[in-house]
Amino acid sequence: MEFSQITISAALPEFILISLALVMVLIAAFAKQTETDGEGSIKLVRTLSLLGYFAAFLALFSVPDGRIVLFNELFAVNDLVIYMKGLILVGAFFASWLVSEQWGEGVDRPEFHLLVLMAVIGMLLMVSANNLISLYMALELQSLPLYVVAAMRTSSLKSSEAGLKYFLLGALSSGLLLYGASLVYGFSGSTNFEAIASSLSGGASVGMIVGMVFLLSGLAFKISAAPFHMWTPDVYEGAPTPVTALFAIVPKVAGMTLLMNVTYSAFGNITDQWMQILIALSVASMIVGATGAIMQQNIKRMLAYSSIAHMGYALAGLAAGTSEGASAVVIYMTTYVFMGAAAFGVIMTMRREGTPVEKISDLAGLSASHPLLAAAMMVVMFSMAGIPPLAGFFGKWYVFLAAVNAGLIPLAVIGVLTSVIGAFYYLRIIRLMYFEDSDAPLDDGASHQNRMILIISVGFILLFFFGIGTLSQEAVSIVSVYF
Amino acid sequence: MLSSVFFYLFAGICCLAGLMVVSSRNPVHSVLFLILAFFNAAGLFILLNAEFLAMLLVVVYVGAVAVLFLFVVMMLDINYSELREGFQKYRSLGLLIGAVLLVELFATFFEYSGNVKSLPSPGAVHNTKALGQVIYTDYIYLFQLAGLILLVAMIGAIALTLRKRSGVRKQVIADQNSRTRAETVKLAKVETGAGVKEAS
Repeated sequence: MEFSQITISAALPEFILISLALVMVLIAAFAKQTETDGEGSIKLVRTLSLLGYFAAFLALFSVPDGRIVLFNELFAVNDLVIYMKGLILVGAFFASWLVSEQWGEGVDRPEFHLLVLMAVIGMLLMVSANNLISLYMALELQSLPLYVVAAMRTSSLKSSEAGLKYFLLGALSSGLLLYGASLVYGFSGSTNFEAIASSLSGGASVGMIVGMVFLLSGLAFKISAAPFHMWTPDVYEGAPTPVTALFAIVPKVAGMTLLMNVTYSAFGNITDQWMQILIALSVASMIVGATGAIMQQNIKRMLAYSSIAHMGYALAGLAAGTSEGASAVVIYMTTYVFMGAAAFGVIMTMRREGTPVEKISDLAGLSASHPLLAAAMMVVMFSMAGIPPLAGFFGKWYVFLAAVNAGLIPLAVIGVLTSVIGAFYYLRIIRLMYFEDSDAPLDDGASHQNRMILIISVGFILLFFFGIGTLSQEAVSIVSVYF
Repeated sequence: MLSSVFFYLFAGICCLAGLMVVSSRNPVHSVLFLILAFFNAAGLFILLNAEFLAMLLVVVYVGAVAVLFLFVVMMLDINYSELREGFQKYRSLGLLIGAVLLVELFATFFEYSGNVKSLPSPGAVHNTKALGQVIYTDYIYLFQLAGLILLVAMIGAIALTLRKRSGVRKQVIADQNSRTRAETVKLAKVETGAGVKEAS
């Protein structure tokens, strides 16, 4: 294998983050772990990881255009992959930035940022996977640290439960995925995506389709699409809130990109077969997400169901199987990252007498005590419900448009109906904030970084209107690699 | 001729040991029989010219997994008579699954025609060497990725289990060694009938 200039620049973001991770292992190991000095080392590690995400983001611009295949065809980059990597890094930056050093809940340790960095490396490698083996290994590199950070709050039974549940179900889904991968390998004779695609040019055998179903089920678990969503509410509720923010913002983008990669490049010749699976996943996710969220009392659980519904909408675009649908997914995931960051930017300021609270009813009367925060939350909720002219509206608009143009009118109708149901619980939060009183208002004083994140992400949601034309053109051009 | 003698030796002991794993009353004996089964399976691999797999089986399964089993069996307080009651409860299901597997095995056995594609010939190099030739060149990416996963596993295990508890009196060897005589030993002249004043 030659280690040329192209190798370095195409994988430069990963090189940067991996080297940084190894340095951070040493810092975390040798830093003094006492009460006072521990804070210094976690500050250092957190700053380093933020700088790392930023540097990796800049390094993405040095990746040459077009499709590049590296490392014995195990690793591939193209325009779509680069864009999604950028989105992942932005999301990871937000998620790490949201965690202040004083948050507690077990995440005030240098290992937390180290594990998150490792998971982000796994996600970047995952979206670049061009082979079933590298897909699986990157997926595990992404999942393992997430299992650990979900259980990071060792003093809490719920956090341990979240970690255990996530681990067991994650291991099960990895098993499904591996079984599917072995069948796909057996019936196509290769683990390479291009070789699989060329072996499918004359249609697929039954064994191949069974393998693909298992493979897609394993991936559906990772993006928590129904009926593989069971873990999501419990893990979101039990994990420390900064970890939930991370779960809600970043891994879904990586999982969705991987799903796009697998369906469009490896199984691009048997679109009809996987379209049915994705349609079923999409309908189930939209219905489960919309109806499950209605009864929730905990805002993290509610957002878990909301994220299931969002995945359903994004899958509807993917299920269209057209370039329009793929570009709609790109737009949808872009808005999703910013909406998630904004929602958790608000949730993580919710404190009463210093301790974090996470009941939906705690938001009552927020407009009187914290008018700006309430306004920000209102924008996020309207956007998630899909009210024009906010970002969430355009995400849904493009997805449903693609579904209708691909002839999937029932899917689009179900999507619109479930958005109406979904609007109920988003609007309930707005009603609570504006029309109800609370005798115990929340604490003042959002931290500096929370304010910055809210300004950036809410600004993005409000001003998305102006950029949508450019973004939709850009999205069409970056997904053209698959069509 | 000689290889088939060894095949039947290894395979026979392997089957017997497998039977003993499930039937022996003492769980520690079960684990020891499991180790015996692993060793004989490794012997079967050597007969197939797969010496790397044989080594792997001994190093990983006997060296690590079986020892872990032994630790779990010996350290956890498990009530085995209760476990056996569960065994009785699910016996019909277990027999059903066993019957299905047996039928599958016989089906394969009678379908086997002997002219299936044989294993790729190992060629001039041993498979350990052949593996070494590609693992650091063609598959360096996967090799490094596996290294990162193991690092994550290690960090994760430590991060989850290492916790500082307050109120625990830990021995600090460095502190003990750096004590001087003056700090620790005090000579007092004790007068008769007066006793020693309390140490400061």
